[in-house]
Amino acid sequence: MDRRSKLIEILSRVAQKDVNPSDDESLFDSGTLDSFALPDLVTALEQEFGISIPDSDMNPRKFETVARIGEYLDARQ
Amino acid sequence: MSFIKEFGCWLPERVVTSEEAGAWVGSDAAWVRTVSGIEERRFAKDDESVSDMAAWAGLDCLHRAGMPPSALGMVIVASSSFDRCFPGPAAEAALKLGIPGRPALDITMASAGSLFALSLARRLTNPLGPILVIGAEKMSSVVTREPREKGVAILFGDGAGAALVTPDAGSLELLDSELASDGTYAADLFLDPYKPLFMNGRSVIMQASRKVPAVIRTVLQRHDIAPAEVASFLMHQANQNLIVKIAAALKVPVERFYSNIARYGNTSSASMLIAAAEWSRETPQLSKGTPVVFSAFGAGFHWGAVLARAV
Repeated sequence: MDRRSKLIEILSRVAQKDVNPSDDESLFDSGTLDSFALPDLVTALEQEFGISIPDSDMNPRKFETVARIGEYLDARQ
Repeated sequence: MSFIKEFGCWLPERVVTSEEAGAWVGSDAAWVRTVSGIEERRFAKDDESVSDMAAWAGLDCLHRAGMPPSALGMVIVASSSFDRCFPGPAAEAALKLGIPGRPALDITMASAGSLFALSLARRLTNPLGPILVIGAEKMSSVVTREPREKGVAILFGDGAGAALVTPDAGSLELLDSELASDGTYAADLFLDPYKPLFMNGRSVIMQASRKVPAVIRTVLQRHDIAPAEVASFLMHQANQNLIVKIAAALKVPVERFYSNIARYGNTSSASMLIAAAEWSRETPQLSKGTPVVFSAFGAGFHWGAVLARAV
């Protein structure tokens, strides 16, 4: 499974519904995620990609779109 | 050693339903409940000031403890919704308690204020004697400022809570505390004079959902206590959805987290002590040594946890 597909799977699991946002679509403005799903998304990213996301990186803008999540993962891996 | 001898609280009479609050921002009660867990909140009258509310909650606490105000060594008032920049409400509250001349300290930290005050009182009660810790807020004066922001205006209410900290006796012994502050996030939650409150809700939730479980674990680990051993968590009542997140992170049933946010909304620095006051009246005597945790997170960001055990 490529990384984008894995991200979509994670987002669907966290959002508790099937979602398929475009790369630059705001996950918040589109209603894909609400504020309280954000911590769950971060936890899921840590588990799925084997990384530890520090509190200092817990900036909502880093996780606002699929593209930004990808950029963040690139920087961490 | 230091103890909490008693709690007290005071709530305004006027009930503002979530139907009414939702209408301010073009929404309804169902939406307010979903995003916050709040059914209603209380708003004080125009002539009911923060220092009035602080004094009334303090008197309720002292009455329940059977202690006259004259026995106090200090009063600490946490509040960030006072109607002027300085002086804060502590000196006026002490005057209304009938003890002018006694040292009275203001803590203007918003939501985490009463937690920091409780931790401070734990350390000061031995030299100073009984300390009355109060959290009092008139958030209605803030949330009614225009324009009303959808995610903010529906959250807050008015009220006051109090705890009497003493060096010699009480129902809870204050064992330890862990406090933290990080100004990196000062612009994510702040109140300018005369302007609406600004809150970056996503940042608050992301940080609080990590930092609160972590600080609770830190203070518990120092005493080799597992979260599951804690009988009750008495939290700042920020948002029911956040309380659920924190309970899940600690792998503790959410029922251990006392919650009255449905009835009072978020009363900022007052909420933890209002919750503690109601919890103490509803909870049967805990067996000796049972752990109880206080915790709060708020603007600053400031956050922390206080560990107590039943006596």
